[in-house]
Amino acid sequence: MSSFIGDWHALAILFVAGVIPNQIWRMLGLWFGGGIDENSELLVWVRAVATAILAGIIAQIVVQPPGALASVPDWLRYGAVAAGFVAFMLARKSIFAGVIVGEIVMLSGKYWPG
Amino acid sequence: MALPPLDSPQWQTSFRAFLWGARSIGATVLTLVLFATYLGIGALAHDSGFSLGWTLASTAFVWAGPAQIIVITTLGSGATVLQSAIAVTVSAIRLFPMVVSVLPMMRTEDTKRRHLILVAHLTAVTLWVECFRFLPQVPRNRRIAFIHGLGCGLVSVCLIANTIGYTLAANLTPLLAAGMLMLTPLAFLFSTARNCRELADVIALVLGLLLFPLAAMLNSGVDILVSGVVAGTIAYGVHRARAGIVKASA
Repeated sequence: MSSFIGDWHALAILFVAGVIPNQIWRMLGLWFGGGIDENSELLVWVRAVATAILAGIIAQIVVQPPGALASVPDWLRYGAVAAGFVAFMLARKSIFAGVIVGEIVMLSGKYWPG
Repeated sequence: MALPPLDSPQWQTSFRAFLWGARSIGATVLTLVLFATYLGIGALAHDSGFSLGWTLASTAFVWAGPAQIIVITTLGSGATVLQSAIAVTVSAIRLFPMVVSVLPMMRTEDTKRRHLILVAHLTAVTLWVECFRFLPQVPRNRRIAFIHGLGCGLVSVCLIANTIGYTLAANLTPLLAAGMLMLTPLAFLFSTARNCRELADVIALVLGLLLFPLAAMLNSGVDILVSGVVAGTIAYGVHRARAGIVKASA
């Protein structure tokens, strides 16, 4: 059981760094619902920053890969993302087409040189 | 799968409505996307050194893929709790307008705020999209129960995906484990690209990707925030400039 939970410290950090900063916005939405224009200028900026932060996270995983992903050469990770993106666009923005083509390129590229 | 007509006796109890909601997870391709995403999050959590219980708790209590990935990658790479919390706070702001726009669809005259707490918690990109698709086919007084069912169904799918991803990452060959880890950036890149509604969103996405490697050279510890705020603000500036040009030429 202890290995399932890990240490309680990590769980406490999850609540402080993850749960509370996330839930606060849902509860504010519940409290102040109505009266907020979804197309207001402030929300356009907020959405742009949120999108860019998410893009940064995506880039971080590809550029500074964790764990097993680090065994894949740089060019292959970048190539897989690029190939996936081409498939995504060709398949009229199908998330699945992009993910599957990206995976196939990366896995076959890694497999090929042995 | 088709939902029963609005006047069907199937809608007479909340429990039935809950079951129809839970069953509706089979009627959307987004369930598959979520499954792949949470498979990846499970693998990512494993390789970043978190426990399975921690991973499942993050899915149940955070219930927002981007926030979970931010917590896992930042804490896993040694950022402080404060840095993670700030990045999550900014990434979660988008939940605010989603909750605001979803709740009016299920309010009735006797709906109290506390009845909507679980709906607010379950609101994330997928549920938000599906509300607009499913709710017109659900009688208004059964919509909360239906969304509880749909949301709980989606959370269950993701908890199962997390467990499978986590376990596989521990046992797979390095090649397949790398494939699982790659699911996360791919799924998020394309679902974010699909959600881009305005030019500002597209610029924010592209600049956000390009600026992160530059910001990482600063080694400031808040690299993600630096690149995010700079890229997002430039994107917003372009949006403003363009709106100005349109106005001036009109």
